Amino acid sequence: MNWLNLTVILITGWLIVFCQSALPVLSQLVGAQIDLLPALMVYASLACGVPGVLFLACVGGLGFDALSANPLGVSVASLFVVGMVIHWRRELILREERYAQHVLGAMAGATAPLITLFTLFCAGESPLVGWGTLWQFAVMTGSGAIITPIFFHLFAWFDRLLNHPVLPETSFRADREIKRGRQ
Amino acid sequence: MIVLLALPGKTTGQFKLALSTLFLPLFGLAGAVHDASERASKSLIPRQTLVTQLDQLRRENQVLRLQLTQSEEARRENDQLRQQLGFQKQSAWKLRASRVIGRDSANWWRTLKIDFGRQDGAQLFMPVLTADGLVGRISELGMNYSQVALVGDPNCRVAAFVLETRENGVVGPSSSSAMDHTFVELILPKSSDLKVGHRVITSGQGGVFPKGILVGEILDFRNVSYGLYQEARVKLAVNANRLDEVFVKLP
Repeated sequence: MNWLNLTVILITGWLIVFCQSALPVLSQLVGAQIDLLPALMVYASLACGVPGVLFLACVGGLGFDALSANPLGVSVASLFVVGMVIHWRRELILREERYAQHVLGAMAGATAPLITLFTLFCAGESPLVGWGTLWQFAVMTGSGAIITPIFFHLFAWFDRLLNHPVLPETSFRADREIKRGRQ
Repeated sequence: MIVLLALPGKTTGQFKLALSTLFLPLFGLAGAVHDASERASKSLIPRQTLVTQLDQLRRENQVLRLQLTQSEEARRENDQLRQQLGFQKQSAWKLRASRVIGRDSANWWRTLKIDFGRQDGAQLFMPVLTADGLVGRISELGMNYSQVALVGDPNCRVAAFVLETRENGVVGPSSSSAMDHTFVELILPKSSDLKVGHRVITSGQGGVFPKGILVGEILDFRNVSYGLYQEARVKLAVNANRLDEVFVKLP
C-alpha cells in the first residue's frame, strides 16, 4: 500500500463530500443526488487494501453524515461493507478492464445507498422514501458506473505523476557476458 | 458504527459539529468565490440598464410607500380594536437574512445549511421563510451555520389551514416528495370542501410557525382510508432548489 496514494484518495473523498453538499447543480439537473463515494471506494479497495477501505469509510462516511441529516455513522457502515466485499474478491476481479470497472461502480453505487437505507430503518429513522427512490437508485447506479473508470484513470495518472516509474528488470548478467577478441 | 448510533443525540450532535468544522474553510472559499463572481458580473452590467432599473425601482418604491401608509393606518386601527376587545397586541416580525451555503448530500432528507449559527443568535425551531412563503425550521445548530429542515422533510411537519375554507390540517411529506421536492401532502378532515388552487397557510398551532405564512396551493385531492380523511397534494410556494437567500424569524 502506498501512503501517498491513500492520502490523495482521502483528500479526494473529503472534497467529494463538500462538493456534493455545496455544488448541487448536477443533482438538481437529474433530480437526484449523485453519490461519488462508492465509486471512490471501489478504487480504494482494489488499490489500498483494508487500511484504505477503513480510512475512506471513516473520512468519507463521517463527513457525508456531518453534512447531511443522517445519524452519524450510518454511511460509514455502507461504504465499509462495499469496500470489504470488493477487497475480499479482489483476486477474481479484472481491475484493468474498463468493463469490470463499470460493473463494479454500478454495483457499489446501487448497494451503498441500499445498506444506508436499511441501517436507517433499523435505527428507527423515517427517511423520505417513495416511488422516486427508484429513480434515485437508478441515478446513483448510473453515476457509479460512469465515474469509476474515471477514478481509475485519474489515480493512475496521479500515480505516474507522484511516484517513481518502475524500471523493467534487465536480463543482462555480467558473469554471463561473452567477451569477444583475444585477451 | 453501532457505538456511534447508540450515543445520545446531544453527543452525536457535538461530534457532527466538530466534523463539519473541517469543511468550514471550503465553505468560506466557496462563499468568497460566489461573492467575487457576483461582483464581477455586477461590474459588467451596462450603465443604461442600471439607469432603467433605477427608474423602475423608484416608481415601485413610491407605490410601496403609498401602500405602506395605507397599511400603517389599517394596523393602527387593528391595534385599537384588539385593545378594545382585550386581545394580545401583535408585534412586527424581526427577520435576519441568511445565505444558503449547502444542501443535504443524502437523497432521503430535505435540509439546507445556512450561514446563521449559534454565535449569531440562532436557536432551534426558528422558522425560516422567504417573501414567497415558508421554507422550514432550524433543526440543528452549529457555531457559524444552522441546518434547516425544509417543509416536506420527515422531521418538519406544519400545522396549516386552507385559507378559503378555514379547514385545519397537517402538512407533511408525501410519497411523491421523494421524486419531486416541490410537493407536500396535507391531511384534512373528510368533510373539507376543497378546490384546486386553494391556498394553504400556517395556522400558528403547534407553536413553531407563526400564523399566516403561505405554504402553497392545492394541486389535487382525494379521499383516503375509506373516506375517513382527505389527502391533498400541495404545490409549495417556495422552490427550495432555487434558494440562495432566506430569512430567519427571530423571537
